[in-house]
Amino acid sequence: MSEVLLDQVTQADYKYGFTTDIETDIIPIGLSEDVVRLISAKKKEPEWMLEFRLKAYRHWLTMKIPTWAQLDIPDIDFQSIAYYAAPRKNAPQNLDEVDPELLKTFDKLGISMEEQKMLSGVAVDVVMDSISVKTTFKDSLAEMGIIFCSFSEAVEHHPDLVQKYMSSVVPVSDNFFATLNSAVFSDGSFVYIPKGIRCPMELSTYFRINAINTGQFERTLIIADEDSYVSYLEGCTAPMRDENQLHAAIVEIVALKNAEVKYSTVQNWYPGDKTGKGGVYNFVTKRGICKGDSSRISWTQVETGSAITWKYPSCILLGDNSSAEFYSVAVTNHHQQADTGTKMLHIGKNTTSHILSKGISAGFSQNSYRGLVRINPKADNARNFSQCDSLLLSDKCGAHTFPYMEVSNESAIVEHEATTSKINEDQIFYCNQRGISTEDAVGLIVNGYAKEVLNKLPMEFAVEAQKLLQITLEGSVG
Amino acid sequence: MKNNEISTLNAAPTVRQETLEQQYIDLYKEQRESIKKHSSAVMNTSRDESFARFEALGFPTSALENYKYTDLRETLSVDYGLNINRISVPINPYEVFKCDVPGIHSYLYFVVNDAFYPVNDPVHNKLPEGVIIGSVKDVAASHPELLRDYFGKLSTAKNDGLVAFNGAFAQDGFFMYVPKNVVMDRPVQLVNIMRSDVDTMANSHNLIVIEEGSKAQLLVCDHTVDEVRFLSNRVTEVFVGENATYEHYKLENVHTKTTNLSTLLIDQRKSSNVLANVITLHNGITRNTIEIDLDGEGCDTLLCGMVIADKKQEVDNFTSIIHNKPNCNSRELFKYVLDDMSKGGFTGKLLVAKDAQKTAAFQTNRNILLSKTAKMRTKPQLEIWADDVKCSHGATIGSLDESAKFYMQSRGISEKEARLLLMFAFTNDVIENIRIPALQDRMKLLVEKRLRGELSKCEGCVICQ
Repeated sequence: MSEVLLDQVTQADYKYGFTTDIETDIIPIGLSEDVVRLISAKKKEPEWMLEFRLKAYRHWLTMKIPTWAQLDIPDIDFQSIAYYAAPRKNAPQNLDEVDPELLKTFDKLGISMEEQKMLSGVAVDVVMDSISVKTTFKDSLAEMGIIFCSFSEAVEHHPDLVQKYMSSVVPVSDNFFATLNSAVFSDGSFVYIPKGIRCPMELSTYFRINAINTGQFERTLIIADEDSYVSYLEGCTAPMRDENQLHAAIVEIVALKNAEVKYSTVQNWYPGDKTGKGGVYNFVTKRGICKGDSSRISWTQVETGSAITWKYPSCILLGDNSSAEFYSVAVTNHHQQADTGTKMLHIGKNTTSHILSKGISAGFSQNSYRGLVRINPKADNARNFSQCDSLLLSDKCGAHTFPYMEVSNESAIVEHEATTSKINEDQIFYCNQRGISTEDAVGLIVNGYAKEVLNKLPMEFAVEAQKLLQITLEGSVG
Repeated sequence: MKNNEISTLNAAPTVRQETLEQQYIDLYKEQRESIKKHSSAVMNTSRDESFARFEALGFPTSALENYKYTDLRETLSVDYGLNINRISVPINPYEVFKCDVPGIHSYLYFVVNDAFYPVNDPVHNKLPEGVIIGSVKDVAASHPELLRDYFGKLSTAKNDGLVAFNGAFAQDGFFMYVPKNVVMDRPVQLVNIMRSDVDTMANSHNLIVIEEGSKAQLLVCDHTVDEVRFLSNRVTEVFVGENATYEHYKLENVHTKTTNLSTLLIDQRKSSNVLANVITLHNGITRNTIEIDLDGEGCDTLLCGMVIADKKQEVDNFTSIIHNKPNCNSRELFKYVLDDMSKGGFTGKLLVAKDAQKTAAFQTNRNILLSKTAKMRTKPQLEIWADDVKCSHGATIGSLDESAKFYMQSRGISEKEARLLLMFAFTNDVIENIRIPALQDRMKLLVEKRLRGELSKCEGCVICQ
């Protein structure tokens, strides 16, 4: 029975597969110093920005693609990718000016902007193929001194903030994909919350890869000044494609004294078809720094998409009494591969971190948790608790755990526990007895299994995430 | 000219690393014939191949994932002497080694540096019928067929610089063979003694074969006699047949100038039962690689270890348990107590192969840091390719429980005693897994002494005086 049902899961189609015909302005494929200069020129960037890009590009040339992850990464030809695509039309001022095709896209996604605006009160900064086309609620936020705009706008209007914080968390030479991003990043979001301000709404951005053969290189920078609070959401779905698409983003978070940043993401890039053909390669560098005392950063992620996921949202706990959290659900199906986890670097005194990771693998997929908890010699009274559980839904998939714990201070308490097991037959049987089909039972069990993490998501996201889990594992199991 | 200088400067670290290996590469090329002459055919067959592999791999560095927590650069840069021409070392181990385990009544054997010491106590060592214990070299002459099927079968495939080095330079080793359905009435004790007036390196390759339905216990003790620098690089292959039971105890009690590199490879067949217990009481730099392959259904494995380290001692236990067949159980328990500037490393790799359904595998690693400067790095690693499994691992790093200490102090137990009690209780569950009662008692005493800072000295022992 299980095999029949498993077959059904593996046949579940990507529901968000469609493409939109929007004219895009693409520069020729390939990467060279000229391309970097061209991107910078197209975006009318100041000289320092170009220097930054060139520095990154020159360093990138000396780097090699990392091979340590439990991933089978096909050779990526970085010269066959177009590094810049922007909708040709001028950025619209309101929804009426937005290309109707684009609006249709959102309707298909079920996230019509009108609805979004009215129902959830979320300011949505939509990134369609790398350039911000619409920012809502900007004015009401601006009144409070909150800056929520595209990265390019920030470069233009707030160069001091950008120069001060950009690459302060993820250095230019950090890793292969981050350095590539630094050289060619197209756009992204910029958030600045001034001192003592509590951002009244959830800030949200939707990313979407749209143009064929265009890598998307987002760069997000979130700065929470002293005593401020912000909750930031990011979610993405990508249309069906045959050719692999590369996504190498950077997210940097800076939390100053007493500030709190909550970052939630639902990732649903196109995972490739049943045979493992196509799909997005997602190589993302996400890192936050609890720079001031008593600051707090929390990462919540639901990973259901991408052919390859390589993602380790991390935290540097520099300030005393700072704390960090990482909650993750990663679901892989078909031939998807995910190597994801976190790094918690305890530097300040009395710092705490909490890691909760739930992996679910089905089909032929590989799902790995890779995490590091490091307690530096001066990080007195540091505390960490990590838990990573894996659930296996087929006998062809793999679940792996690679936690690293490095402690150099005797007052630290670091705990880690991990379990791996099959979905419980008894629970399925129990549901069957009560008239719940096996498929629904699996959905129930998986959702229950991931509940602890899903509960951490903001309301509107939690609903979407639950649906996503169902869709990803649809028809599944037994 | 200037360009040349710069390029030399830049290349400096690599050059140093190369020379580290280079002296041994040169030594092998010069002494190849002598090495072979003083060894046996079975060891010589794969010698050149091992050497080629060593040339390619070099010594492992901390850049390698499996050696992340072992730094051998400093210790390998010492100019060690190798006893290639097998000149016998003047020592009578029966005289030197008096701190034995009271009441263990073992079959006692000695290896001095890398040479098997001839047995001079035939009455005491009257083995059950069919059991063969001796040096690999002797057995190669008398029973070549025994070695042919087993020797190097686990080690030659390993992609490891230390194992390759051992394959190139080891000339002899300890051999034990227990034929079908023989139950050894007493444990076998193998004492490795390091004795030399100059810095010395010893390479040996041991082979243990436990055939179907047999039962054997082996206690390996490491001791050092002289205050010079020692490096031992030992590879031990163990084959445990169907329904056989094998217990391997390794007890290390050596001085701080010793580097102990040991690779233990165990192959388990159907329904076999293995216990391996690796205890490091006092050492310099220790790297234990323990790899257990479960190649038959219904195997049971218990792998334990304990480390007590202070000063600048370093211990890295790299363990790997591979479940290749269904219905096997494995448990792993490692405990560390680290004080002063000591460094501990633990890797617990657990791999469940695709068809190894109904696997149950549990792993625990607990560590206590007693000082601000002690360091512990732990890396449990689960790789699961089957779905019907129950696997878990837990790891903790922390200090002694303050409330438990307070509880005892409030009942009139001094702080020092309370600490000791807690540490003793902490290490006790590893000692409880010793299935030789006499050894268990002895270990309790040694651990207590060690925790009291008495260096586990014992009366009448020449080594400790």
